[in-house]
This record gives sequence, C-alpha cells and structure tokens, in this order.
Amino acid sequence: MMTDYDLLFAILFQLAQLLLVVLLAPLLTGWVNQCQAWLQNRSGAGVLQPYRVLRKLFHKDAVIAHNASPLFRVTPYIVFGCMWLAAAIIPIIAVDLPFSQAADVIALVGVFALARVFISLAAMDIGTAFGSLGARREMLVSFLAEPALLMVLFTASMISHSTQLPRIVDTLAHHQFVLYPSLAFAALAFVIVLLAENARIPVDNPSTHLELTMIHEAMILEYSARHLALIEWASSLKLFAYISIGIALFIPHGIAEVGNWAGLPLAIALLLLKLMLAGAALAVLETVMAKMRIFRAPEFLGTAFLLAVLGLLIHFLLGA
Amino acid sequence: MYAVGILPLDVVAWLVQFWIVLGLAALFLQRAPRLITNVIFPLGALASLLLAATGLWALAAPTNIMVLPLGLPDLPFHLRLDPLSGFFLILLGGASFGVSLFGAGYFRSMSGGMLGLLCLQYHLFLVGMTLVLVADDAYMFMVAWETMALASYFLVTTDHAIPDIRKAGYLYLLIAHVGAIAILLSFGVMQGGNGIGAYTFDAMRSAELTSFWSSVAFLLALFGFGAKAGLLPMHVWLPEAHPAAPSPVSALMSGVMLKTAIYGILRVSFDLLGTQLWWWGVLALALGLLTAVFGVMFAAVQGDMKRLLAYSSIENIGLLLVGIGLTLIFHVYGKDALAALALTATLYHSLNHAMFKSLLFVGTGAILHSTGERNMGRLGGLIRRMPWAAMLMLVGVLAISGLPPLNGFVSEWLLLQAFLLSPGLPNSYINMLVPVAAAVIALAAALAAYVMVKFYGVIFLGQPREHALEHAHDAGIWERIGMGWLALACVVLGLAPVFVVGQLDHVSQMLLGAQLGNAADNWIFLAPVDTGRASYSPLYFLLAVLGVMLLASVLVRHLYHGRVRRSDPWDCGFPAQTPRMQDTAEGFGQPIRRIFEPFFKIERDVPSPFDTHPRYHGQSDDRLWYILYLPIKQLTGKLSLLAGMLQHGRIHLYLTYTFVTLVVLLVFV
Repeated sequence: MMTDYDLLFAILFQLAQLLLVVLLAPLLTGWVNQCQAWLQNRSGAGVLQPYRVLRKLFHKDAVIAHNASPLFRVTPYIVFGCMWLAAAIIPIIAVDLPFSQAADVIALVGVFALARVFISLAAMDIGTAFGSLGARREMLVSFLAEPALLMVLFTASMISHSTQLPRIVDTLAHHQFVLYPSLAFAALAFVIVLLAENARIPVDNPSTHLELTMIHEAMILEYSARHLALIEWASSLKLFAYISIGIALFIPHGIAEVGNWAGLPLAIALLLLKLMLAGAALAVLETVMAKMRIFRAPEFLGTAFLLAVLGLLIHFLLGA
Repeated sequence: MYAVGILPLDVVAWLVQFWIVLGLAALFLQRAPRLITNVIFPLGALASLLLAATGLWALAAPTNIMVLPLGLPDLPFHLRLDPLSGFFLILLGGASFGVSLFGAGYFRSMSGGMLGLLCLQYHLFLVGMTLVLVADDAYMFMVAWETMALASYFLVTTDHAIPDIRKAGYLYLLIAHVGAIAILLSFGVMQGGNGIGAYTFDAMRSAELTSFWSSVAFLLALFGFGAKAGLLPMHVWLPEAHPAAPSPVSALMSGVMLKTAIYGILRVSFDLLGTQLWWWGVLALALGLLTAVFGVMFAAVQGDMKRLLAYSSIENIGLLLVGIGLTLIFHVYGKDALAALALTATLYHSLNHAMFKSLLFVGTGAILHSTGERNMGRLGGLIRRMPWAAMLMLVGVLAISGLPPLNGFVSEWLLLQAFLLSPGLPNSYINMLVPVAAAVIALAAALAAYVMVKFYGVIFLGQPREHALEHAHDAGIWERIGMGWLALACVVLGLAPVFVVGQLDHVSQMLLGAQLGNAADNWIFLAPVDTGRASYSPLYFLLAVLGVMLLASVLVRHLYHGRVRRSDPWDCGFPAQTPRMQDTAEGFGQPIRRIFEPFFKIERDVPSPFDTHPRYHGQSDDRLWYILYLPIKQLTGKLSLLAGMLQHGRIHLYLTYTFVTLVVLLVFV
C-alpha cells in the first residue's frame, strides 16, 4: 500500500527527473556529436558544446520576419514544453513516476504529434519556399514513423497488459534474459523510427543546410536566438526521450523498483552507462550509413512499420 | 418534473413543431430578410440547445413512447425516446446550435425570397433528422428519412444555376434513394411477413428470425445506411454534394446527417435484431478500415478545401464503422465489458466528429464569404486577416488530428484501448486481424494529421497567394459565436471525458447490458478498465504542458531578455521571391499522391521546360467511379434502350400488348 510519504517521495522524484532530463539532454547530443567526430578522425568540439551554443543563442536578439503571426512565436515554447514533458514521463531510473498516470504510451505518441504539428505549422507561417518544403517532408516522414512507433509500444503494452509506462517497464525488467521474439522485431522497427524522427542519417542530416536534403533544418530556418535555442534544446530532449524509450523497452534491467530508494545510485550509474552506449551506437550507425533520397525514406519507414506490425502479430500468434 | 407529467419526448415533439413554425414563418417574412437572420435562426438555435438538453435528460430517464393520431389506418406514427435516441439528440442539438448561430451571420448576404425558402428547408432538415432519431416504426422512420433526404437535396442545390451543383445534387438524390430502398427492404425482412401491424419497431424486436434472414436484414441495412454515411463503395456522392451545399448545410450534413446513418446501423444491429453473428463484425471492421484509409488518402490530394473536408468525413465514418465492427465482435463472443468500451469509443467519436467537422465546415464558410474562393491554391496568409476564424479553426484542426488534450484524441485513445484489450477472442483468425486493424487505424490517424496540417497551413499560414486576399475580412459576430460554441465543445469534450463516458454508459447499458464505468474513483482520470491497465488525464496533461511552457518563457525572459527585432525573411541570396513560390495544396499533397499512385487516376498536364507561359494542371480522380459506376450507368442506359423498344406511342400496339398478356395469363391459370 502506498503511504503518503511514498507519494511525496514519488512526486519529489518526478520533479527531480524533470530537472535531470532537461539538464542532461544537451549533454547526450554533445556526446553523440563527439563520438561522430572521433569516428571521422576529428578532435571535435567537446561534449559541452551544445550548452555553449544554447548560451550564445539565448544572449542574442530574436529576429523574426515582418509577417510572423503569434503562432510562430508561441511554437518554440509549445515544442519545448511537449518534449520536456515527454522525456520526463519515461521511467529510466525508477518506476515510480506519478505523472505517468496522466499520460500513457498513446498519450506519449500524442505529445510527439502535438509538437510536430505545431512546428510544421510554424514552418509554413512565414511563407517561404523552404518552410513549406520542410513541413511537407516532416509530415511525410512522420505519417509512417508515428504508426510504427505506436505499434512498437503496443507490442510492449500487450506483453505487460498495460499502456502505462511504469507498468510496462516493471514487467519487462523482471523477465530477465527471456528474449521475446516480438520485441526483437519491435526493436528493429524502433531503431528506424528513432533515426527518422530525430532527423538523423539516413533520413535527414542534422548538420546540413543543403536545400535538397533538409527536412528538420528547413522548417526552423526562420528561427533565431532564444526561439532557435528552445527548438534546439527540444530536439536534444526528443533524442533523449527516444533513447529513453529504447532503454525502457529493450534494456530496462537495473531500474529501481517501487519504493526502493536505496537502489537509486546504482540505477543512475547504470542509466548513464546505457545512455553512453546508446549514443555511441547512434554515432556508429550514422557514420556507416549514407543519406538516402527523400522518396526512399517512405520505403525505409514502411519497412519499420511492417516490422512493427509483424512484431505485434507474432505476439498475438505466439503470446510472447 | 415527472409530477407535472412532462416527458422528454413531449419536449422533442414541441421543439419539432416549433421548428416547423419557424420555417413557415420565414416564408412569410421574405420582405424582411434581416428578421429571418437575426430572429428566426437564433430562435432555431435556441430550440437546438433545448433539444440537446432534452437528449441529456432522456439518457437517464426511462424510455418513453408516444403514438400519434397520424399515419396509415392500421399503422399510426409511433415515437420513442430511449438512451440511444437521446444521445444522438444531444449530438444533433449540440452541433446544430453552433451551426444555426453561424447561419444567422452567414445567410445575411442572400436575397429575401431565397432566404425564406432556404430557412424553411433548413428547419425541415433539422425536423427530419430529429424524427429519424425518435421514430419507432418503419413507416414513420421512412417518412422522416425521406424528409431529411429531400430537404438536404434542396439545400444542396441552393445554387442550382450552376450545372455542377445540379449534377452533384442529382447524384446525391440517386444514391440516397438506392439506399432508402435497401433500408425499406431491410425493415420488410425484419417484420417477418406478419402483416402491417408488424412494421412497428416493437414487433421487429420480438420477431423470431433465422440467422439467414437476420443476416439479410443486416446486410441490407449496412448497404442502405452505408449509402447515406458514405461507406465505400457508395461514397461517390459525398465529395460532390457536401462541397456544393452552403457551408452551414455542409456542416450539418457532414457533422450530423452522416451520424443518423450510424444511428441506423446501431439501432438495427443491436436493438431490432435479436441475435448477431460474428462475421457481421468482421465485415463492418474491414469495410470501415478500407473506407478510413481511402478517405484520408483522397483528402490528402484535394485542392478544394470543402472537398478535402468531405473526404475527411469519409475517413471518420470509416473509423466509426470500425468501432461498430469491434463492438459486434466483442458482443457476439460475450465480452460485453469490452463491447461497451468499443461502443463508447464509437459514440464518443461520433459526438466529437459532429463538433469539429461542423466547426471546420462553417469555418470554410467564413473563408468563402470573405474571399469568394474555395481553391486552397488561391488562399494563404489568412491568419493575419481573419484572426478570430483562424484561432477557432486551429482548435478544430488540432482536435480532428487527434492531438491531446482535445476531444479527437480521447475517442481515438478509447478505440485503441479496445484493440489492445482484444486478445483472447476464441476465433484465432479474428485475433490475427486485430493487430493489423490497429495498425491501419494508427496509419489513418497519422495521415489525418498530414491532411490537417496541409488544410490549415495552406489556407491560413504563409503569404496571401492572390492580391484580392488583402481585403479579406474576419468572421462576423454571429459567425464567431457559432464557431466559438463548437470550438468550446471540442475543448470541453476533450478535458472532461469522465463525464461524457459516464453519460454514454446509459446507452451501452441499453444496447449491450453492460457498462464501461470508470475504474478511477475521481473525475480527473479516465481509466476504462482498471487503473493499472490504462489511464489518461487530459486536465493534468494540459496543466503540465502549460506549466512547463510558462516556466520556460518566464525563465528565458528573466535570465536573459525578451528583445525582438523584425526583419525580412531570409531570402537565400535570391531577393525576387514571390508568394507563388510557396507550396500549393497540390504541392503539399504531392508525396502522398506519389506514394499511393496506383490508387488514383491521375491526369496531369506538365508544361515543357521551354514553355514561356507554363500552366500546370493536375487532377487525381477516384478509380472506383470508372471501375464501378460508369459500367452501371452504361448498363442502365442499355436496359432502358431495350425497354424503349417496346414503346412506340401507338395505341393499337399497347392494346396488343395487353391482349397478349391476358392470353398468356389465361394459359397459365
């Protein structure tokens, strides 16, 4: 039975995770960039570079187009808020997260969709050719990636008979070393979705501004200063959230159980290790793959969608 | 209330009479058009609101019936108000309240004579829909159904001077009547050959049908109501007729009239037919999935804003049918708690769709009024000219895209929960169908967001694509109130799902004998099955997002600054940029057209690179029209030519026909 103390601790812990993810997210982005630099035989800018970029951007004056509507100005805050919330409700250190009651996995996908719709609308607001091009491509990528993500999450929900993240992670964490065939398919699909949704190679390239290839960068071309900083920060949070989902679904082992506050230090250490490994793996993936043509992307994502549905189907057939 | 002997059904009857009086009064007020718009329409709206309140009352009240002293000698009109009717009355009243208020502003530009006639047809349309919902015998039902169909036909052809609109109206009338015949036949099967008295719904409820005849009745009903709802492949009239009508009428047709067909399917399959078979559910599910994907795919390639919304309605009808199919499957296999979940999702989505689709349709009316343009390729940048309309429509767009914390998300959430709870059905083939169906639903929902970003972005955002748009004016006060009501409904239905689900339980109890209930013991969390399984709290969700946004904005301004400079957009070193360089509707839909190319019949004129005055023309048509409808049309033409050979117009020939027929009959007898 949960006592009032437990609830208080849980709420405090939820707030702590809220703070932790927002501070840690740029570090993860910095780590991925640093790993890529090493793989490309460069020395790199250091893992702290994203913080420096954010500070620089916050200090600058915001420049916005004459015809920008209020929608354009409010969108960075909405996107930042959505991504922060998404990253904060995924159990990665302990399974006690009171806010997860309010938003389950379907709502989590909804949060990502909300942010995406707003940023696409904001991209079309100024009325430049790049903005609508980016918005169109973003929606193109997401209309296949979103259902694939939903199917991946459904497979995990089916296994644990719940759509609530703490319950899912709790179930999956305690079936140690039992390989679910359905989850194996789901994991493959999830990696593809992660690459696509975070504007990574081979679908998009976060470090290019070449008009033929941009997706995410084309959408945010008109943003500057604090608006851009919030969007960049939101992108870091999004990457953090996706990697967190991956950790929570596929390698949740070592997470602290309900009420087990003593297990927190170990759980945090394990989490940092997992994040480092996942970031390095992402850097390797991006280094060995080449950017694909935009109309190859639907096929790539279609594969993810099929794999995810296959995973779900396998769960229905085998019950595992 | 019961002490004075007033029943909800009495109130409905009064409101119906009130609407008829209002409509007739408008005919006599043709010389005072301001009176029609400023008095008659708001009064009609008030009656709508009262109707919604009566529906709410009827949900919890016991079923009441009424026999009118009208009708056929052996079959007087029977009326009945039960929770199912009550729910759809809420939907009708709630949506038409906003639409009528909007109409008070929108119809201002019409001349007196036309306005009087339109006002009569408009209110008769409302009367027809109300009577469909409370009819309790086949005769009354068909009379109301035809009133609804004819009133809406005349409303669709309001601008009958335009040939395309006459064509659209004719197509609508034709398919509506093919459907009506199927519905009539379905009633004929259900009454089981027991004489004219058996045409009351009560007699049908107690009729003993074999499973074969039950299936025949169900299939006929599915076809007939499906023709009205725009179910594949009877959907062709919908994208023609809905855009042709004046916008408030399109809103009522898409938002409310399509739901009367959903009501009909629910009434026949769960109330009038005693037993259900599992394959009905599978059929409904499959048809629903096809319709949903078809609708959203075609919505993505439309360039006309009202056609886009019409195709989106087809998609939503598909989703509703998926819900009905799932309910049938669960009900047949005795899982009534799950059936209640699926039914609740279906009803919830009906209500949501009534609100946001009406909002978007009347919104296109405001745009049409202000710009005279339906082609999205000639709009753009309206958020700066029409801030009110833009803000209210944004609510509708977010709601229809299924985004939290608005209402569209709640019903999608409930429907997906129903899918997630489905394992354990005894039929393993259906078990395999379920994840595939869930995947298709997810795909349709994601594509719907694509469509809505296109809709909103091309119309309201960017730069105006034509100079005339500089003079666009915002929606008037009546129009704002009407849209505001519908937008408010989208928000409230999104934030307080527990109350709505609690009211819907009355309907589930009546149709399935089971309730969904709420496992969480407070009104903040929606937890349909048990709290550990799934829960969702839109209010906390909204508060959290707003709180985090506010925190971010305060911190940024406090720690740094809030300075803003205005400048020209970045031009990429190419200063000669024009508004025509933005994506058009055609351009925004291009990826979808390319991915789903085999499904469209595409006609394109692409100019050569050396053309000095390049004109691009592209059109994506429905293949079904060519595969299915044109052959039927040709066949009908041939058959009527054959029949025409008998007709020469000479009296002695006809006398010979009569004589031959008599001789043949005498030989047989």
